[in-house]
Amino acid sequence: MTEAISDSLALAGRQMRHIRRMPEQLLGITVMPIAFVVVFGYLFGSAMQVPGEGGYKEYIMAGIFAQVMLANITTTAVGVVNDLNNGLVDRFRALPIARSSVLIGRTGADAVLVTWTCAMMALVGYLIGWRAHNGVLQTLGGFGLLLLMGFAMSWLGALIGLTLRNVETVSALSGIIMMPLAFLSNAFVPLDGLPGWLRTIAEWNPVSAVVSASRQLFGNEQGATSGALPAEHPVAASLIVLVVLLAVVVPLAGRAYEKAAAQR
Amino acid sequence: METAITAEGLRKSYGDHHALKGIDLTVPAGTVLGVLGPNGAGKTTTVRILATLLQPDGGRATVAGYDLAKQPVEVRRNIGLTGQYAAVDERLTGRENIELIGVLLHLGRRAAKARAAELLEQFGLTDAGDRMAKTYSGGMRRRLDLAASLVARPPVLFLDEPTTGLDLTSRLALWDTIRDQVRNGTTVLLTTQYLEEADQLADRLAVIDKGTVIADGTPDELKRKVGGERLEVAVADPADLAATARALAAVSPVDPVVDEETRSVSVPLTGGVAALSAAAAGLDELGIEPEDFAVRRSSLDDVFLALTGHTGASDGQPETDPTEQQKSGPRKSAQTKEKEPA
Ligand SMILES: Nc1ncnc2c1ncn2[C@@H]1O[C@H](COP(=O)(O)OP(=O)(O)OP(=O)(O)O)[C@@H](O)[C@H]1O
Ligand SMILES: [Mg+2]
Repeated sequence: MTEAISDSLALAGRQMRHIRRMPEQLLGITVMPIAFVVVFGYLFGSAMQVPGEGGYKEYIMAGIFAQVMLANITTTAVGVVNDLNNGLVDRFRALPIARSSVLIGRTGADAVLVTWTCAMMALVGYLIGWRAHNGVLQTLGGFGLLLLMGFAMSWLGALIGLTLRNVETVSALSGIIMMPLAFLSNAFVPLDGLPGWLRTIAEWNPVSAVVSASRQLFGNEQGATSGALPAEHPVAASLIVLVVLLAVVVPLAGRAYEKAAAQR
Repeated sequence: METAITAEGLRKSYGDHHALKGIDLTVPAGTVLGVLGPNGAGKTTTVRILATLLQPDGGRATVAGYDLAKQPVEVRRNIGLTGQYAAVDERLTGRENIELIGVLLHLGRRAAKARAAELLEQFGLTDAGDRMAKTYSGGMRRRLDLAASLVARPPVLFLDEPTTGLDLTSRLALWDTIRDQVRNGTTVLLTTQYLEEADQLADRLAVIDKGTVIADGTPDELKRKVGGERLEVAVADPADLAATARALAAVSPVDPVVDEETRSVSVPLTGGVAALSAAAAGLDELGIEPEDFAVRRSSLDDVFLALTGHTGASDGQPETDPTEQQKSGPRKSAQTKEKEPA
């Protein structure tokens, strides 16, 4: 058990070294999300009508955080495919280590990196006027929920990567999954303006639940709901969805890893 | 003698394609088994199964005394694997690559560092050790890959085409390293398409084609099986070919083979030196002055060709391999010329 943990840490450390070797990657996971915050908060902010006093800056932050968590699907999937195709997965699988440690190391490292991104975005958000109003605990709760989503997305990405085993296919597919999840949600715009059926879909979209939940925990305004169940109880709804998703995806990813073979 | 690897009836299918149709192998401890076979024969599949990376559909195997299906972790503790494609983390340095394996093998950080330094030295990578593996040449990657599979000093080593794509110098260096491992008691299963490599390194060979072992034995046994020695005589004037064939027919129970293109005639040499001198005398009587008169041992290339109906080194491999030429090239060789009776 402790060996499995130390193996996972050693493997996660490998990814941290990658970042040290290629600082431009750090730029990628820092600058892009910050640019999002600035562009949405500042530029679009003045043109968007949202409920509450904080304005679009307050409204959008939870949405951008969720968007970044969603992008973990691609990050992890591509990383796993690369390891598979350059033979490292074979190398690790032929070692007498717990086979779970490779995936735990990978998703763990990606969680650390996305936490860093999150912290930088929060900082810049604060600088341009975003505030959390419910005290330290609830604020941390909001971030915790978002990071749990990031972790679940990582495992989903691992499963996709191990199943499709090809970078192009994986990028295309995760793009196709992410688009509707992000844009058919309340991440960027309030849902009141949508036609009824579309609004129902968007409210039942798990991303909306996570976004609503973190808005709630941050004390950011989000306007009226139509009474859909996940919209009424966003924290409970998102916890359930994420835990169920992890419970399904983790063992599936483990199974896929057992059988993983590179495509050449 | 103790056996390090046994495989019985290994089968594996991909969809309705039968990649392995019942592979049997036995490798005594401390020896080298060369697995030869053309592209798609099933070499990599066999290695991946024996290294616990792939589940066979049928059959059983033991590696280092452990059952593959029941004790995979024990097997992994006792093997090193160098796959067909170098498995290195490009964005770590060579040193970090090896250290990571050491840490994962729970050597402890300090011992992992020491072992990495030792292996870098052994593989001539010390100077490049602190560069990202991304900047390594193909040969350096291969060496790093092999080094990484030796961290635990495994008693059983699987090498899947370890020298494919290496230049001659690197190949010879790698052969030496492999011989060193064997001297220290390591058992090696090595796949290759270089017949010369199998001849040089392997104690025994298994030739695989289309998922079955079609021949096995020592390199010499296989060569003998395919024909042993032949006497080859080349003449300057094509008009002499028929007479030459008559002279050679007199010393062999088998009809001579005449090759107009190379103006040569050859027969299996069964009668030893007596047949050799009789042939020379026969030619002399007919007044034929051969351009070349040579005894040729059949090479593994012949074995391969005879057994599988295609050559081993078929895709993109160097045509001229100096080591191969001096050993087994068709007509030439100073030593055989010396045998020429006066
Ligand atoms: N993952 C796979 N899916 C489908 N078919 C496969 C897979 N892996 C191998 N095969 C097929 O199984 C057969 C044996 O492949 P294998 O890689 O073992 O051959 P090989 O002897 O190593 O060939 P090479 O010399 O080209 O490396 C081939 O016909 C190959 O196409
Ligand atoms: Mg192969």
